[in-house]
Amino acid sequence: MGGVVVRFAGDSGDGIQLSGMRLTMAAALGGKGVSTLPDFPAEIRAPAGTTYGVSAFQLRVGEGEVLTPGDTPDVLVAFNPASLKTNIGDLGRDGLLVVDSGTFTARSLKKAGYNENPLETGTLNGVRTLTPDISRHTLDAVKEFDLGQKGSLRCRNMWAVGLTLWLLDRDTIEAEGWIRNRFGDSPVGNANLAALKAGHAYGETTELPSLDLLQTREGTHVWPPGDYRTVTGAEALAFGFAAAADRTALDVVFCAYPITPASTLLHYLSAMRRRNIVTFQAEDEIGAACAAIGASYGGALGVTSSSGPGISLKAEALGLAVAVELPLVVVNSQRAGPSTGMPTKTEQADLLQALYGRHGEAPLVVLAPNSPSDCYATAIEAANIAIRHMTPVIILSDAFIASTSEPWRLPEPDAPGTNPVQFLTDPENFEPFARDPDTLARAWVKPGTPGLAHRIGGLEKSAGSGGISYDPDNHQFMNDTRIAKVTRVARTLPLAAAEGPDDASLCVVTWGSTFGAAREALARCRAAGTDAAHIHLRHLHPLPANLGELLTAYRGILVPEVNSGQLVRVLRDRFVVDAESLPKVTGKPFRVDELVGAINAKAEALA
Amino acid sequence: MNAPLRVPRDFDSGQEVRWCPGCGDYAILRAVQKTLAGLDADPSNTVFVSGIGCAARLPYYLATYGFHTIHGRAPAIATGLKLANPDLDVWLVTGDGDGLSIGAGHLLHLLRRNVNCQVLLFNNEAYGLTKGQYSPTSRIGTVTPSSPAGSVGDPVSACRFALGSGAKFVARGIDTRIAELQTTLSAAHAFAGTAFVEILQNCIVYNDGVFSDFTERSVAAERQIHLTHGEPLRFGPDLNRGLILDRNAFALRAVPVGPDGVPEEDVLVHDQSNRGLATLLATMEGPDLPLALGVLFAETGSIFEAEVRGQVEARGDLPLPDLLRRTSTWKVSP
Ligand SMILES: Cc1ncc(C[n+]2csc(CCOP(=O)(O)OP(=O)(O)O)c2C)c(N)n1
Ligand code: SF4
Ligand SMILES: [Mg+2]
Repeated sequence: MGGVVVRFAGDSGDGIQLSGMRLTMAAALGGKGVSTLPDFPAEIRAPAGTTYGVSAFQLRVGEGEVLTPGDTPDVLVAFNPASLKTNIGDLGRDGLLVVDSGTFTARSLKKAGYNENPLETGTLNGVRTLTPDISRHTLDAVKEFDLGQKGSLRCRNMWAVGLTLWLLDRDTIEAEGWIRNRFGDSPVGNANLAALKAGHAYGETTELPSLDLLQTREGTHVWPPGDYRTVTGAEALAFGFAAAADRTALDVVFCAYPITPASTLLHYLSAMRRRNIVTFQAEDEIGAACAAIGASYGGALGVTSSSGPGISLKAEALGLAVAVELPLVVVNSQRAGPSTGMPTKTEQADLLQALYGRHGEAPLVVLAPNSPSDCYATAIEAANIAIRHMTPVIILSDAFIASTSEPWRLPEPDAPGTNPVQFLTDPENFEPFARDPDTLARAWVKPGTPGLAHRIGGLEKSAGSGGISYDPDNHQFMNDTRIAKVTRVARTLPLAAAEGPDDASLCVVTWGSTFGAAREALARCRAAGTDAAHIHLRHLHPLPANLGELLTAYRGILVPEVNSGQLVRVLRDRFVVDAESLPKVTGKPFRVDELVGAINAKAEALA
Repeated sequence: MNAPLRVPRDFDSGQEVRWCPGCGDYAILRAVQKTLAGLDADPSNTVFVSGIGCAARLPYYLATYGFHTIHGRAPAIATGLKLANPDLDVWLVTGDGDGLSIGAGHLLHLLRRNVNCQVLLFNNEAYGLTKGQYSPTSRIGTVTPSSPAGSVGDPVSACRFALGSGAKFVARGIDTRIAELQTTLSAAHAFAGTAFVEILQNCIVYNDGVFSDFTERSVAAERQIHLTHGEPLRFGPDLNRGLILDRNAFALRAVPVGPDGVPEEDVLVHDQSNRGLATLLATMEGPDLPLALGVLFAETGSIFEAEVRGQVEARGDLPLPDLLRRTSTWKVSP
């Protein structure tokens, strides 16, 4: 695996996430590939120095396209004993450990559960370790700004950023710009600048070798020309909804109730300077889903977003949207369940719920982005499908995609009003449930349209007229039609394609955020002589029209998912193929080496 | 302006009405149609949103836009609808179960937010559609299939719930008093904000006569007080009784007025801007006090969807390409 993996770990209050982002930006601005993985504790303000209060941020920097934030760190920067304790196990044998030895006091060691100082007992044997007293150095560097002991120590993270930038052979220009932007010409800003430079200078004066990892492990990726930024999945979804609002000339009414990790999307959209995005913090997730339906009924695009338990609460409302055939987009940032589960941890365990988790037959469209930047296109696609086919669409994102970031070549959004929605306004022969012969979608009529007053509801409707109907044949017909309408969406979708050698006998099938790790694992397997193909699904319902046929070409099918085997059931059910599940539910995404091992084993078994 | 005004029939959707014969809902439907005609409402700009229940069937019978949604959630759907299009004239129809049991949480927030719409809560003290179980407004001891030994637990008062939720317009009517109901509904419609109207509705099948000790013709004058803003709170066959404030009990008391009772000027005057008085009026449930009908409370306030839209406007508008670049970017040259 190419590049260097750096992990910052410390107390929630140590500015770990900020520090990580500075390294990310410095790398990205230097044209490197980068992928990040923040890891927050669930507690907002866990007591300082405890192992459960440890916050971490991992990034992987490489010369080429970087698809995952890396399995294990090459460099671990630990800000206190607790973060050392919880992270040291992940550091590879030839890794580099940097610790702030100034924090290794008897008290903080005890809090972290160390009986003895691990820096002195030789338990870190074999790991290259740097033990600068970062606290002391920082206090010295910022003395002149009179911030007091506590305020001064807040600059510790910038000192560490400076040192790490040196180790990565990067300059401090981006970080300096960011500090100036954020704090202006204030004592705090100047102190942070001083700490940053002192950390960098420390690397230089103590002649620490800058890590050669970057130079030696080169990729072949060529960045297409364009403007770039880094983006998280939540940000890209927000931009995607803005783009959808622009091109369709609709308002997006985004309705949500706060929940981790879905809330970031609510925050981004609420702050977004757009006149065509209205956000609404509802009283609960049922209210949020219903308000989004009300908005779509009113002629806006209703979007609702949640996670875990909140998604369960929306189920009944989704059934209503299916029954009244209104557009609706539902974002599910999946998290580890059941129940409250592990709110900050990732999982892909809501697939079957998305496909089937409603009473009655309630088909709808299910999409899954494969990376943070893909969230942009996914949001636009979801909006388009919802509108064109008059159906709810679920976007299955997850905690990992929502918070991980990567470089993103900025798209050229369609000009506002490129593809405005055509509402029905003609009262001639109007029937609310008359359908487009091609898509089977009914027309979208806005209340307020003269002459088209009509009634809709969750009761079964007579085909065409929409009047209440308990007629047995009509129910059969409407049920079949709702299914056919969603199935026909596949006609507009790209066909599935297998990546990799044509004659491979093994195919790895993935969906959602498992994409990056699988792509990378397969590249490694192939480099080592194991041939396997890869099919990645962005459309979970309906599935691409040619998928069944594609799958029959392989003797073995392996389906890694961050759940106990859900897509694998769908594939077996739909195509009667002998697909094998590779399940994982630890709250973490797949590691590349795990996949490499499983792929090799499966390939051997087939040989 | 010469176009003939609309008549109630113009608001009849033509759909066959399916309530039980003799159900109070018929009278309410009639009052609503008369109100709409009286307002000369534009059917194309009028939307009735309902939850689930017998009451919630009302939109099907009106020749306006209508959305029969899911149990209890109509307030949330109406809120989204008004956020999408604040210009629509939205009426919400709910029942005592729909609005005060499964949907009470949504109703509370609709009321406190003050979304501009009218809420009609048909209170029959029963779950009609599901065959007569007790509801959250059923009085203690109500015998139903799910409470054969009589229901336990205090009922909720719809108007007090609304006042407690911060509703800015609270009124009450009775199904069969169509003319008065029409006046009340028109006042609700004229109010800018959420106008909450509780309508006592007789469920002839499962809860017949539950309001008869207020509504029977023989007792109506004694047991009802019809509120008019700025007028003394008098009632009785010859307006011979009035309400005074018992300062010791901090409660209203009904007393004879005139030579044999308190002087006229001691009778309280209805002030619909007084939430405290409204709460006392809403609390009157007999047998010693009359039932308050008409507008109990009305106080203008800021309107939710207008505030939200105003903030969106104030936030400004950046073209998407600029939004995407509001962070550090870098260029890769060809
Ligand atoms: C989620 C859900 N739970 C239960 C029901 C069944 N249900 C339908 S109407 C109703 C009660 C209606 O009572 P109310 O709101 O007082 O209306 P009424 O029929 O008395 O007019 C119930 C429990 C339902 N439709 N949906
Ligand atoms: S059950 Fe009661 S409320 Fe429902 S329609 Fe019949 S009489 Fe009316
Ligand atoms: Mg009822």
